[in-house]
Amino acid sequence: MTSRLSAITLNTFREAVRDRVLYNLVLFVLLLVASAPVISQISIGMEKLMLVNLGLSSISLFGVIIAIFVGIGLVSKEIEKKTLYTILSRPVRRWEFIAGKYLGLLLTLVVNAALMTVGFYVALLIFTHGLKAADGMLLVAIYFIILQFMMMVAITLLFSTFSTPIFSAIFAFSLFVIGTFGNDLRNFAAMSQGATRWLATAAAYAMPNFASLNVISQVAHEQSVGAQVVLFNTIYAALYSVAVTAAAVLVFERRNLK
Amino acid sequence: MGTLHFSDMHALEIQGLAKDYAVGFWKKTSRTALKSLHLNITQGETFGFLGPNGAGKTTTLKLLMGIIFPTSGTASILGRDIGDPEVKRKVGFLPEQPYFYDYLSAPELLDYYARLSGVPADARQKRIEELLERVGLRDVGNKQLRKFSKGMLQRVGIAQAIIHDPDIVFLDEPMSGLDPVGRHDVRELIQQLKDQGKTIFFSTHILSDAEALCDRVGIIHKGELRGVGVVNDFRSSVSDKTEVIWLGAAALASVTDLVSDTHITGDTVRGTVQSANLDRLLEKLRHQSARLISVTPINRTLEDYFLAQTQDKDKEEEKEAVRS
Repeated sequence: MTSRLSAITLNTFREAVRDRVLYNLVLFVLLLVASAPVISQISIGMEKLMLVNLGLSSISLFGVIIAIFVGIGLVSKEIEKKTLYTILSRPVRRWEFIAGKYLGLLLTLVVNAALMTVGFYVALLIFTHGLKAADGMLLVAIYFIILQFMMMVAITLLFSTFSTPIFSAIFAFSLFVIGTFGNDLRNFAAMSQGATRWLATAAAYAMPNFASLNVISQVAHEQSVGAQVVLFNTIYAALYSVAVTAAAVLVFERRNLK
Repeated sequence: MGTLHFSDMHALEIQGLAKDYAVGFWKKTSRTALKSLHLNITQGETFGFLGPNGAGKTTTLKLLMGIIFPTSGTASILGRDIGDPEVKRKVGFLPEQPYFYDYLSAPELLDYYARLSGVPADARQKRIEELLERVGLRDVGNKQLRKFSKGMLQRVGIAQAIIHDPDIVFLDEPMSGLDPVGRHDVRELIQQLKDQGKTIFFSTHILSDAEALCDRVGIIHKGELRGVGVVNDFRSSVSDKTEVIWLGAAALASVTDLVSDTHITGDTVRGTVQSANLDRLLEKLRHQSARLISVTPINRTLEDYFLAQTQDKDKEEEKEAVRS
């Protein structure tokens, strides 16, 4: 099982790399370099705030875009091109295929984010002429971004098992936007009455809550993030990802492939 | 029909396998792709699954490979239910017009499939090299598959199907779309597998390929298995028709009710006669002083059998429908 799972994972990663997905790193570097003159015009003290916001938001956004655009094709492309025929005719369980695809794309996003993080810290070093202990907290924000990727990959993978790439992209992007305002949805539910409250609460729990995973502004202002928040966010993202991936497996297990 | 001598154990047993698809916007209409199929294939046998395009050949293979699920019926490969993933360690499959991960090279692709099939790490490299040599792709190096010709892809396809040394190999239209050289090469590869004692189940609509390679053939048409026969029997069996060639075109007018498919070249006439009418024809020709050149019984061919199971039965069904 482990051998099959790792083979599918590594092949998914290799596909992303050979399809030049990591070229987005070049864009990321260009963005940092291009923003340098603008940042240097800003008053002292603010430039770091600006750089952290720009750098971390870019790591998040680039990753989410890759998660959506690669994720929507993870299964549907294999069905469309019939490459799945030669996979399922081997001792590969359908859940192993889904899990391998999930881990492969997540690995791509983690490697991508890790390389961006290195670039980001280099930029930080250049602008601020040295790193402080508080800058370590930036890694917590990046860790939360990776938790966000875990959830987004599960979501796009689920859509990919039953929908066309275009609809999958629309659905996944919509969920990302809703999830970004996840706390607003929960506040709305808390203020509502009767059936609306019930429905809004159900929706708030069903939708991904990316707002809780966004601490970019907090760490940019050098505020710390509590260990309990780290733990709860980790558990939340893991449970949500497992539940959505399990749904993807359930759909795929029953699917007749054309 | 004659008997074949293979191992007694069935490599493939299909019992009432059927597949209906729900079609239409509301999925309320049902379209039958495969009607209750019963078929047994013995170990070591090469079985040709023949039928026109859209007959249900690929549907059958997809059901056996677990790519789609049957509406009813069961099947087992080497004694194990097809739903058991472990049985696939012994199974190789080449889909019709296969498409592979085109960002990989041939050795990378084979390595990937070898891992998925559970080939031990220490045996993989040697096996890949051996197979690339065997399918004539030793020199492709690390060229990505997107740069491969159709014939080369088909060779890779065969290599991936047997990378794990399976006992039974399913090939879906292995010669389709290949040029004569490619077809010859693929035919050779199948022959090698046959010589190794592998059980081979391959679908095709090219009768000459089936005739050259198969021990038995099954004819499928409109989702229904119309007949199963031993290929050698077709070669040796005599049909109920005889070809007669004589000199004397003038005699034809008096025997037109007896001969069919007549061809006249100069004064030479070639025609086909039902064997039951042969004596009457020869008698009449003698009367007309025609000079007999040859009388040859016509052997049945696979094509005759194929046509009888498909077109002739269709015509009978149409007549039946008109009558009722």
